[in-house]
Amino acid sequence: MTAPERPPVGSGFSTLLYKELLRFWKVSAQTVMAPVLTALLYLLIFSHVLESHVKVYADVGYAAFLAPGLVMMSMLQNAFANSSSSLIQSKVTGNLVFVLLPPISHVEFFGAYVIAAIVRGLCVGAGVMAVTLVFAWPPLRAPVWIAVFALLGCAFMASIGMFAGILADKFDHIAAFQNFFILPATFLSGVFYSIHSLPPFWQKVSHFNPFFFMIDGFRYGFFGQSDVSPWLSLAVVGASFAVTALALLVMLERGYKLRH
Amino acid sequence: MPAIEVRQLSKRYGALVALDGVDLSVEGGEFFGLLGPNGAGKTTLISVIAGLTRADAGRVCVMGHDVVSDYRLARSNLGVVPQELVFDPFFTVRETLRFQSGYFGLHRNDAWIDEILANLGLEDKANANMRSLSGGMKRRVLVAQALVHRPPVIVLDEPTAGVDVELRQTLWKFVARLNRDGHTIVLTTHYLEEAEALCGRIAMLKAGRVVALAPTADLLKHHASAYLRLKVAGALPAEVLALSPRESAGTYRFRLAGFDQVESILAPVRTRGLHIEDLAIESPDLEDVFVQIMEGAAA
Ligand SMILES: Nc1ncnc2c1ncn2[C@@H]1O[C@H](COP(=O)(O)OP(=O)(O)O)[C@@H](O)[C@H]1O
Ligand SMILES: [Mg+2]
Repeated sequence: MTAPERPPVGSGFSTLLYKELLRFWKVSAQTVMAPVLTALLYLLIFSHVLESHVKVYADVGYAAFLAPGLVMMSMLQNAFANSSSSLIQSKVTGNLVFVLLPPISHVEFFGAYVIAAIVRGLCVGAGVMAVTLVFAWPPLRAPVWIAVFALLGCAFMASIGMFAGILADKFDHIAAFQNFFILPATFLSGVFYSIHSLPPFWQKVSHFNPFFFMIDGFRYGFFGQSDVSPWLSLAVVGASFAVTALALLVMLERGYKLRH
Repeated sequence: MPAIEVRQLSKRYGALVALDGVDLSVEGGEFFGLLGPNGAGKTTLISVIAGLTRADAGRVCVMGHDVVSDYRLARSNLGVVPQELVFDPFFTVRETLRFQSGYFGLHRNDAWIDEILANLGLEDKANANMRSLSGGMKRRVLVAQALVHRPPVIVLDEPTAGVDVELRQTLWKFVARLNRDGHTIVLTTHYLEEAEALCGRIAMLKAGRVVALAPTADLLKHHASAYLRLKVAGALPAEVLALSPRESAGTYRFRLAGFDQVESILAPVRTRGLHIEDLAIESPDLEDVFVQIMEGAAA
C-alpha cells in the first residue's frame, strides 16, 4: 500500500498573516510602545522650542501642524521596520525555510508581509495620534484622505521593507538602508516644516522625495491645506507603490535571493 | 507514477557544479537512501526537489507534479526535514506546528499534531518555547513540522547527524512505521549501517553525479569480494598495513581479492609470533561498498 496523493488543500495565507502579526504583537513594547515614546519626545522638544517661532498655516499652531507629520513618519518607519526585520531575521536564522516549503504563492507571501506591516504601522500611528492629542487637537477636514494616505504610505513602505529584507544579507545592511536612506528622506520630507519655507532649490529637491507627498497628502486630510494638491500626492504615492509592488512580485515569483 | 522523478538535473553555484545531470526516480512506498561524501550535492538535490532552489537545467516531479510549474501540488505532497537545525525563537512547539499546518492550508489539525507529538516524545514540551529546547528536541520538532500535513513523500536530510542514540532509535522506529503505512521515504545519512538496515534502494552521489543506483542487497552482492577481520595484540607488520585496511578500534578490515590472500596476510603475523585476538571472514557491508565506489568514481 502506498500513501495516497494529497488533494489540493486550503490556503496558507491567513496563517502566514497571523504569524506575522503575532511576531510583532508578542514584543509590542519594542515594536509599538517604543516608537510612540520616540514620537512623544519629538513632540515635547520641537513643539516647545518652535511653537513661538514657526507659523506654517495661518490658523494652525505649530504643535497641531507637527502632529500629523509625526504620526505619518512613525507609521512609515514602522511599516518598513516590520517587513524588513521579519525577512532578514528569518533569512539569518534560516527559519524562512518553513514558509518556503509550503504551497504559498508569491502573491500570498507578498500580501501577508505587507498587510502585517501596515497593521503595525497603523497601531503605531494610532498610539502616536493619541499622545499628540494631549498637546493639540488638529482638525479633521477630510478624513478619507487620512485613511487613503495612511494605508497607501504604509503599503509602500512595507514593500520597500520587503525589498530591503530580500536584498540584504545581514542586519547591518538593513540598518544602513534605514540610516542612509529612510531616515534622511523622512526628515527632509516636511514633517517639521512646510517646504514653502525652504529655498527654491530645496523645494525642487523635495519634489523627488516620495515621503514629501505621503506626508503632505496625509496632512491635507487634517487641515484641508497642503503644499501640493492631494491628488498629485495620491498619484505619486500610488504610482510608487504600484511600481515597487510589481517589481517585488516578479522577484518573489522568480525566487530571487530566496530560492537561489 | 514515481513518487519523485529527477531528470537530467543540473545546478551550478558560480564555477562550482553542485549537480551534474542527475537522473533518478523513487517509486511510491520505497525507503530510499541518498548517500555521498560531504559536498556531493545531496542537500542541493533535496533543495531542488523541495523548491527551495531552482535548477539550471532538468526537471523534478513529486507525485507527478512539476516542482516549478505545479508547485502547489508538488509541495502539498512533500514533507522535508532540513539538514540545518533551524527554528523560530518567537514561538512554542505547539504554535510552531500549528503554523506549519496552517501554511499548508490545514487550519484544524490538533488531533494529528497531538499524535505526532506523542510519537516523537514531545508531549511534555508542547508548550515550551523553541529557544528553551535542547538540540535533540529541536530536531524532533523539525521532523514533526515535516509531517503536519501528512505528506505521502517524506525527505529527511541527515536527521540523525549529531543526535543521541535514544533519539536515533525513536526516530527510526517512527520513520519505519511511516514507511510501512505507505509513505515514501528519502533519507540522507552519514551512518551507513542505518542506510543498510533501513533503505531498500540506494543512490550514491559524488561531485554532483550519481555513481551508483541499485537495491541495497544488489550493491552488497555485486561488490562481493570477501573481507578479513583481524585483531592482533600489538602493531600489525608494515607489509600487511601496506594493504591499507579500514581500521576501527584496533580491529582491521582487509578487502580480499580471493581467499588465497588470507594466507599472505596471516603469514607475516605468524612469523612475528603476534597473538591473534579476533579473526573472521565477512561479507561486505555498505561502508565497504561505499568506500570502493567512491574510490572508483575518483578515477
Ligand atoms: N548556496 C550555495 N552557494 C554556493 N555553493 C553552494 C551553495 N550550496 C551548496 N553549495 C556547494 O555545492 C556543493 C554541494 O553541496 P551540498 O548539496 O550541501 O552537499 P551535501 O549535502 O552532499 O554535503 C558543495 O560544494 C557546496 O559547497
Ligand atoms: Mg548536506
